[in-house]
Amino acid sequence: MSGLSDTARVAGAPAEAGAAELELRDVDKIYKRRRGADTEALRGISLSVRAGEFVSLVGRSGCGKTTLLRILAGLITPTSGDVLIGGSDLWQNGGRDPEALQRFGMVFQEANLFPWFTIEDNIALPLKLRGVDKRRRRARAAELCELVGLSGFEKAYPRELSGGMRQRAAIARALSYDPSILLMDEPFGALDALTRDRMNLELQRISVVTGATVVFVTHSITEAVFLSDRVVLLSPRPGRIRSITPVEFPRPRSLDVETEPGFGEIVRTLRRQLDEEGD
Amino acid sequence: MEREAKLAGRRGPAGEARGERGTSDRAPEEQGRVSTGPRARRSEAETIERGSWLPWVSTPIVLLLVLAGWTMAVSVFGVSKFILPTPADVGEAVLRMLADPATWGHVLITLTEVALGFLAALAFGLVAGVVLGRAEWLERALRPVLVAVQVVPKVAFIPLFVIWFGFGVTSKIIMAATLAFFPIMLNVMLGVRSVERGHRDVMLGLGARRWPTFRDLELPSTLPYVFAGMEVAVVFSVIGAVVGEFLGGSEGLGYLVVVSLNALDAPQLFAVIFLLAALGCLLYLVVNGAKRFVIPWHESVLAADRP
Repeated sequence: MSGLSDTARVAGAPAEAGAAELELRDVDKIYKRRRGADTEALRGISLSVRAGEFVSLVGRSGCGKTTLLRILAGLITPTSGDVLIGGSDLWQNGGRDPEALQRFGMVFQEANLFPWFTIEDNIALPLKLRGVDKRRRRARAAELCELVGLSGFEKAYPRELSGGMRQRAAIARALSYDPSILLMDEPFGALDALTRDRMNLELQRISVVTGATVVFVTHSITEAVFLSDRVVLLSPRPGRIRSITPVEFPRPRSLDVETEPGFGEIVRTLRRQLDEEGD
Repeated sequence: MEREAKLAGRRGPAGEARGERGTSDRAPEEQGRVSTGPRARRSEAETIERGSWLPWVSTPIVLLLVLAGWTMAVSVFGVSKFILPTPADVGEAVLRMLADPATWGHVLITLTEVALGFLAALAFGLVAGVVLGRAEWLERALRPVLVAVQVVPKVAFIPLFVIWFGFGVTSKIIMAATLAFFPIMLNVMLGVRSVERGHRDVMLGLGARRWPTFRDLELPSTLPYVFAGMEVAVVFSVIGAVVGEFLGGSEGLGYLVVVSLNALDAPQLFAVIFLLAALGCLLYLVVNGAKRFVIPWHESVLAADRP
């Protein structure tokens, strides 16, 4: 997988400083409304993410975190500005570059598993769309179930699983084709605190093992600081980047890191910045 | 066997919830299953069993009570046999009819009308539903007309159909199709539109093309609605065919109703109604069976298996 992203990077933008895996250049997003004023969701967002980096987006509700992630994933188009994946434009001749799409794995707030497929078929859906034969899909799904701790549930239907298990299946689905970039939109928002802690550890382990670049949207500052190399704080209306905070603790981290003084300091600083936004 | 598998599957989440509270971070499912497994399974199995045998016991009891009340009403209040025959008389009439080959000819005619009408409604309903569901502007343009056609009591069209298509089976097939068409079309239209946004995002994010999006997302999302429409439509098409037979023609169970009425043969009238009920149940079971086979994953199927 890293091999794939390396070649792509070489082919894409040679010798550009740092050769960012993901880059946003001066992105604006304005939602046009039929009646009333247009909503300016994002203004002048420039951000670059290195290969293998874990970046979190935090901010109040309605600050454009999700919009930003959906722009990165190519689910919506920016009103102006560029989205670069491995140095080349995501949007090419009016459509999304299929090669760039191959490199994304997306996890949403809801697990969004298809109720008509078993867990195994859900996980292997991206492979099915890529024309991988059934036997290889089965094998890969079994592998991924193992990775996310769902072994033995391959033949279960999503409704037979708990919320945490469904969300893990959704992560496995996003990992099925070895994406080099994981885009996650509050994937653990609906889970209870204990499950969430466990899922965070799991996600950290997976991101370290696969070496994937991760962009992670969350409401929880602690979660963001625990997981990330850098935390991007957005301020609302219009969404702008308020600050970018590096978190220097080496990854992978254990939950104990949360009790270290440096960790608490970062969380406090971010919380203060968030409070200054008012509301 | 299958129930066993479902049980095992459903035990999983409960087991996990227990496991999450533990301190170990590996395979909490297994832990949970060990600690809560046997007891949880037994109580759940008991609940399911009680749920599944209950209707098998209650239905015969209710039927017996109704029959007893019926017999009592006839003998105690001295109701005329021309108005309300005893269950025994009706039973006799049913057996007499079943032994008569002519009855089976009528059953076959009605069955054919219902089946053809239903299938025609299914074909047209699917096409119209998909088109109107997809092209919202068209649906908006046609909405007043659709509403108008829908609120008209469609059985009022039967004389018209008789004039146009004669007293044969054609007018009845068309009547059955007309009644069955609307529930199917409306459900399909709703189904086409109710593909979940999040599911669409998944396919969009994966860059899925048109055909895979239809095969893996849109079709399976719509099927539950198609079956919901079909379950209503199959009952409607029986109504259409029978009412058609009332008003014109010389064959079918609806015609037998009219004949029995003219002969003031109440037991036979009840017997025909009994046959119609059996026919309706049979057709409903066919559609319901098809649903269980095609969308075994759907809530309406899973829920029916539960108490």
